[in-house]
Amino acid sequence: MKFDTPATTNPIDQLKVIGKPTDRIDGPLKTTGTAPYAYERHDVVQNQAYGYMVGSAIAKGRIASIDVKAAKAAPGVLAIVTADNAGKLAKGSFNTAKLLGGPDIEHYHQAIAVVVAETFEQARTAANLVRIDYVPTKGVFELAAAKDSAKAPEANAFSGPPDTAAGDFAGAFAAAPVQLDAVYTTPDHAHVMMEPHASIAAWNGDKLTIWTSNQMIAWGVGDVAKTLGIPVENVRLDSPFIGGGFGGKLFVRSDALLAALGARAAGRPVKVALPRPLMINNTTHRPATIQRIRIGAARDGKITAIGHETWSGDLPGGGAELAANQTRLLYAGANRMTATRLAVLDLPEGNAMRAPGEAPGMMALEIAMDEMAEKLGLDPIEFRALNDTQVDPEHPERPFSQRQLVECMRIGAERFGWSKRNPKPGSVREGRWFVGTGVAAAFRNNLLTKSAARVRLDGRGTVTVETDMTDIGTGTYTIIGQTAAEMMGVPLEKVVVRLGDSSFPVSAGSGGQWGANNSTAGVYAACVKLREAVAQKLGFNSEEAVFADASVRAGNRSVPLAEAARDKEIIAEDAIEYGDLDKKYQQSTFGAHFVEVGVDVATAEVRLRRMLAVCAAGRILNPKSARSQVIGAMTMGAGAALMEELAVDKRLGFFVNHDLAGYEVPVHADIPHQDVIFLEETDPISSPMKAKGVGELGICGVGAAVANAIYNATGVRVRDYPITLDKLLTELPQTG
Amino acid sequence: MKSFTYEKATSAADAAAAAARKEGTKFIAGGTNLLDLMKLEIETPTHLIDVNGLDLDKIEPTQDGGLRIGALVRNTDLAANERVRRDYGLLSRALLAGASGQLRNRATTAGNLLQRTRCPYFYDTNQRCNKRQPGSGCAAIGGINRQLAVVGASEACIATNPSDMAVAMRALDATVETVRPDGATRTIPIAEFHRLPGDTPHIETTLTAGELITAVTLPKPVGGKQIYRKVRDRASYAFALISVGAIVQPDGSGRVAVGGVAHKPWRVEAAEAEMPRGAQAVTERLLADAKPTEENGFKIPLVERTLGAVLTEARG
Repeated sequence: MKFDTPATTNPIDQLKVIGKPTDRIDGPLKTTGTAPYAYERHDVVQNQAYGYMVGSAIAKGRIASIDVKAAKAAPGVLAIVTADNAGKLAKGSFNTAKLLGGPDIEHYHQAIAVVVAETFEQARTAANLVRIDYVPTKGVFELAAAKDSAKAPEANAFSGPPDTAAGDFAGAFAAAPVQLDAVYTTPDHAHVMMEPHASIAAWNGDKLTIWTSNQMIAWGVGDVAKTLGIPVENVRLDSPFIGGGFGGKLFVRSDALLAALGARAAGRPVKVALPRPLMINNTTHRPATIQRIRIGAARDGKITAIGHETWSGDLPGGGAELAANQTRLLYAGANRMTATRLAVLDLPEGNAMRAPGEAPGMMALEIAMDEMAEKLGLDPIEFRALNDTQVDPEHPERPFSQRQLVECMRIGAERFGWSKRNPKPGSVREGRWFVGTGVAAAFRNNLLTKSAARVRLDGRGTVTVETDMTDIGTGTYTIIGQTAAEMMGVPLEKVVVRLGDSSFPVSAGSGGQWGANNSTAGVYAACVKLREAVAQKLGFNSEEAVFADASVRAGNRSVPLAEAARDKEIIAEDAIEYGDLDKKYQQSTFGAHFVEVGVDVATAEVRLRRMLAVCAAGRILNPKSARSQVIGAMTMGAGAALMEELAVDKRLGFFVNHDLAGYEVPVHADIPHQDVIFLEETDPISSPMKAKGVGELGICGVGAAVANAIYNATGVRVRDYPITLDKLLTELPQTG
Repeated sequence: MKSFTYEKATSAADAAAAAARKEGTKFIAGGTNLLDLMKLEIETPTHLIDVNGLDLDKIEPTQDGGLRIGALVRNTDLAANERVRRDYGLLSRALLAGASGQLRNRATTAGNLLQRTRCPYFYDTNQRCNKRQPGSGCAAIGGINRQLAVVGASEACIATNPSDMAVAMRALDATVETVRPDGATRTIPIAEFHRLPGDTPHIETTLTAGELITAVTLPKPVGGKQIYRKVRDRASYAFALISVGAIVQPDGSGRVAVGGVAHKPWRVEAAEAEMPRGAQAVTERLLADAKPTEENGFKIPLVERTLGAVLTEARG
């Protein structure tokens, strides 16, 4: 189905199933521990052996020699694979560093061997017996030091050009009566999803099956095939349940490759999970950024110039963190520029993490907006409202399909009690706490991508949906089920959803908050086809047929839906494909974050007291799972604001705090009451579902709202995340 | 994990004797730290003596009005004990500030005293660490050391002791009771139990080979307001940046021990004479010899400010 004109009324608009806060249909499996996650799939193939990864002990250099004699002789060892005996391997299209290194080492904990043994403990013990002599070489590990050597990165499908400009930024900024020129930094972040990367691989002749945990099944099939040099037809991936991904499982990682290589070498199925202490340096992370923001405004608060430059680093051939991109779209201003620069660093591979680009970009931009509002003597909400735009400011011929940023701010302000705020920093004290509130805009683009599905109707009236779409904890099973139920006029209980298998039609996958809208639109397309087939089979005109109450009716004739498949299952398959509506219109999602903090007057410990997000993100397919997405994103944003930082050893070139004791994420005690409000919105430009993404919108701006609240509480402006107490301590206002 | 043999102890004295017979022996109780370290091959005992079955899990009054805490009393039980809550509130509060409910259910009193540093370079076997591998050097010096020691450290090691409980024990003047392989028993004042790193950071306590902790005793209650304030980067389940354990008497005198700043719970009795003069005076004496790194200098004002808040709370 080609979607190239705005949606009109369609069966989804009935909202009998869609739009309801339905419990997740996979919930009982998860709460009873019976949802099969990759490492636990003991039943899919017999005789599974265990693989354990050996990670490089140096950040850069090469292996002079590798001695596996002792490891090979250890009890239970079946095989050891290194670059020496792995055969010829290519690098996946989505990988920057090789998944199996050696003799050259590209980063710390890069996999250089997998040891396969009868038991996990034997494999782990033997892995420690592999003796490696390294020849380290000098690497570059510090972004600030490498910044001046950074270059404009090549554009890719997600980035747009590295530089954009409109009007005369330099002239307008210089002439602006009110100016801000500030530098912000965000550190490297780890996904640290609950389920580690894990795979079981089995060969059947030259056919390879990998039961894994991966967000993007088709990308994964392609990269497994490319890496191993085998046809894509010979690769099957299966990933029905994923214990969190956050972008860390968008790509094939070493667990899958090592399991495949280990299984080939051992001649039997092999499972590999990445141990937690190796995950952080072995896999990908959100890269650190340095961002310079300049804003010039007239005294009335109208922005006349806005510029955002961002620097990040990655291994050679890697990509930039696109932290300036939202500044192309978020606020008005005739004179503007953005610039993205990428330095070469020899740290582990940087890549996508929840809302790549916007998450760190909004952490900086929305502090800058707060600072600018203060310089202008304006309320931060009024300042943003003054500079709202309903068109792409760089390309004013492109309107936003929907843009309710100001509405989000106004409704949030009312709900949060913003008018009671004391704008003077450091002026509210409650017991041992300085108290402050902060606000930030939320912004994340809505991305469109082809997504296919197959739907089957059987003789009992059950509708089965099959697509390689993944549910990474987001609620995809449920919204896909709701879509099929709405389209076919059956209760949700009559829908079976099967996901994550590469033998199913290729979907959008889970990433970039594009999963929900695109994958359900793909199911919509397939259901339209199934409706036509059913109508034809039952002798209805498909234009007139109404699918409701498990029946099909037109005029005064009604036939049970199941009747259509009484003799033979009916199968329909289709994909949603997009025209150029996303070129004619800018499609984005908007929101506002409100935060209240307390800052301990003695210790500068920051405690969140209240959080509110207001989101305008198209039709909300399931308010319950969408709310869960947003509160999870707010929690992750709070972590980024207050504690999350991969600490780089700039001498040795690795992330030192590479376990869950060292890399702190919020615990329950850190997170206060969280409220989420969704504005009524349908966006007929986005898809027949009239939905957009929301799972990443929720993280964008949270960090800045926290930072702005801390400033309001204490008068201390911290521009370097995370805002740990040592950055506040000696700057706090004197107390009696 | 390296292979090891295992036996279950039948008595404390026998356990100590057995430990002396086999080199590479470790006692195991809660195992909340040891097992993790064994999986990482940071600890590689060849023989484990399981002391969990020993009759060392009682909390009993002593003749002089104090309390004798069996080595195997779990942290949860110790924190919840009525006598402890009434007379040694500092200890109960320190325990509850540490770890998680699950870990406290398992961790023992003696094991808590023996838990090892959380220095990230100690945990990464690719890195130099004099504590893990004597003579290999210290990667933490000049590296990531925001969490590490500001006082009492050496050129060989800047690790901290991570225990909350030990800070309270130090302020309460606890005594460690042990039995040695020859069956002799002795008592070690807590002040002498943990060592500074010097040039032997791998030797963390004054226990000798095979010596087994059987109990920790507390002298009779000293009263006062007992406050434990732990400061960390998140609200729970994190090791202290610094912690302050204080006992403040109505006349303003008292005791202070500090966690998260040194290789042992840090207490300087002479500094306590300054308590009536306030936090700044105490901290100046307490941390007079501090030599912070570039990353952790904030701990000094943090101790002072936290102690100030504690003293204010005690007066209030």
